[in-house]
Amino acid sequence: MSIIRIPSPLRPYTDNLKEVEVNASNVGEALVALTERYPRLKPHLYDENGSLRAYVNIFLQQEDVRNLRGQATPLTGDDRLMIIPSIAGGRS
Amino acid sequence: MDKSILEEKLTLPISFPDQDLWSTIGNTPLIRLQRLTDGFAESVEIYGKAEWFNPGSSVKDRPAAAILSKALSNGLLKEDRVFLDSSSGNMGIAYATLGAPLGIRVHIAIPSNAGPERLTILRALGAELTLTDPLEGSEGARVVAAEMAAENPSLYYYANQYSNPANWQAHYTTTGPEILSQTNGRVTHFVAGLGTTGTLMGTGRYLREVLPDIRLVAVQPDGPIHGLEGLKHLPTSNVPEIYEPTLPDETIPVTTEQAYEMVRRLGKEEGLFVGISAAAAVVAALNLAKRIEEGVIVVILPDSGMKYLHQPIWDVK
Repeated sequence: MSIIRIPSPLRPYTDNLKEVEVNASNVGEALVALTERYPRLKPHLYDENGSLRAYVNIFLQQEDVRNLRGQATPLTGDDRLMIIPSIAGGRS
Repeated sequence: MDKSILEEKLTLPISFPDQDLWSTIGNTPLIRLQRLTDGFAESVEIYGKAEWFNPGSSVKDRPAAAILSKALSNGLLKEDRVFLDSSSGNMGIAYATLGAPLGIRVHIAIPSNAGPERLTILRALGAELTLTDPLEGSEGARVVAAEMAAENPSLYYYANQYSNPANWQAHYTTTGPEILSQTNGRVTHFVAGLGTTGTLMGTGRYLREVLPDIRLVAVQPDGPIHGLEGLKHLPTSNVPEIYEPTLPDETIPVTTEQAYEMVRRLGKEEGLFVGISAAAAVVAALNLAKRIEEGVIVVILPDSGMKYLHQPIWDVK
């Protein structure tokens, strides 16, 4: 299982969970699994064309997945993904 | 140059009072939008207040100066005490800019996902930084700063911009009177984004007192996660203590995509290379302008685009 860490502004949509475990072989599958479990998250992460919004960054460990293989970036069992807004604002 | 001419020039009765850095805060230009308002009623005018003309390059110099002044006059920064606050960028840069010439040590708790430009600027200005968890946002940075202050109260003076009344008072005493004077009292609508809410609270209170019919318009992101740096979605945020919800007449939501589009148009059509929150405020001002038949709209443009160069929004090759 991989773990996705949720930023504070999105926790109202994940039952206030800071981390969600998903079973996925790559980043794209992990995000699909997350948004299927918490459908109200989807419009905050994806635009109406189904693309990840420009200001939503997905990090695998310390690396932006855009610098890896994007949503095709493979995951191993105990990887930790983070959803990081591109700006430092947020819940304050 | 001929020596006698130089001597003559040097004896001219020119004086430069108050030439220190702090004296250059405020009195920022009011710039009329020219092309974005094509097709609008002639009797609708939109002016942007160009806050990047401040010495620290943003609107935050005003509250930072007021907060620092208050701390200094209350004797809270004596004996090498460190000035501490949280910031996601501009406020920290303002503190560091204004603290440097006074020899004040400035320490900023800032989320580690703050843009690289602002982290470099802060370090160049001598600020000490504590990088905080990017998943906890600016509230996480605020909590870290409060904990640091509580653990070591003799070392730190904790400014807390979200609850410090000097924040909105700075706008009451400077931004509001400047807008009144620069429009000869003709301003009918004031538009500002909501972050700490100090700009709207202070400027709005002043303008409402002198012009009771003025419309005060707040701008906020359309949702909890967004790219409008510096702005907050208040329904899902910890509302700053200085915010008075009955003051704005209206709050206009703006999407990040609208602001990205506007940031490019402002550069190419108006020659205004502004930051993203400025573009969001202009989206709201244009939305407003379409609905009125006449009026003088003043919109705050908090900073320039220089601190957003790393973001993939400029559409340049």
